[in-house]
Amino acid sequence: MAIELMKVGIISCSGEELPGGTVSRIACRKVLDDLRATETVTICLPLFIAGDQGQREFASNYPTITVDGCDKYCAKKSTELLSGTPKKYILVPEILKRHGLEAPIHRRDLNEKEKAAADVVAEEIARAVDEVLNE
Amino acid sequence: MSIKKNDVVVLPCSGIGKAYGTLARETAYELVERVRPGLAKLTCLPLLVINDPQAKQLVMNNPVITIDGCPKGCAHKSVESVGAQVAKAYQAIDFYKAHKELKPDGITELNDAGRRLAAVAAEELSQVVDALAAGEEG
Repeated sequence: MAIELMKVGIISCSGEELPGGTVSRIACRKVLDDLRATETVTICLPLFIAGDQGQREFASNYPTITVDGCDKYCAKKSTELLSGTPKKYILVPEILKRHGLEAPIHRRDLNEKEKAAADVVAEEIARAVDEVLNE
Repeated sequence: MSIKKNDVVVLPCSGIGKAYGTLARETAYELVERVRPGLAKLTCLPLLVINDPQAKQLVMNNPVITIDGCPKGCAHKSVESVGAQVAKAYQAIDFYKAHKELKPDGITELNDAGRRLAAVAAEELSQVVDALAAGEEG
């Protein structure tokens, strides 16, 4: 008998205009590809508008963590509005502040310091994934 | 007499899963930062998903170019979802079809060929930006 493992949904704001959106996207990809590759899935956020009903049920099908790059909380708000209540929500600037890291200033190509900051955010997301799976 | 020019909004999809989403974003950055700085403007697509008033005003009041990374057309549909019109809609894969020697790869970071393709595509789109800014297309 095959055992189906529960997966956690990760939704990044991926905001193109702000460096925080880039940190969010890179941190989420690190979790999805490396840190928790077998335990996580994702969806492009605007698919809640452009996609079908199945895609809008993402947060009903998976316990979901949203990751936002600024306090407009696009990922959290759109998930709540169009899909379902996220289990956890993460704000990039809050994590950076807690770790004493500078806010990123590059939105296109992160420098080494900013990439290291994205790694810290990725570790926090991975911890949140573990917490959701252990609930 | 100076001619008033419109800002032109360039909206790539917020794709996080495919190289063509990254190509769409890179092409938009090329346009906004290198090819037509000051004329082409960028905003976060997810702001339209939450109906942010400032982002909505920006796309309602200016011509909009969308660049999508897959056939789902998230950028295009998100603009229409707030009641705005898309002046020109592009699929990033068509940039590759026109320049098959430049195969984009990578999601977090594009490969060199992908970056060169974004630069070429942005140069090609610059004429469209200029025409829209002058109110000649749309």
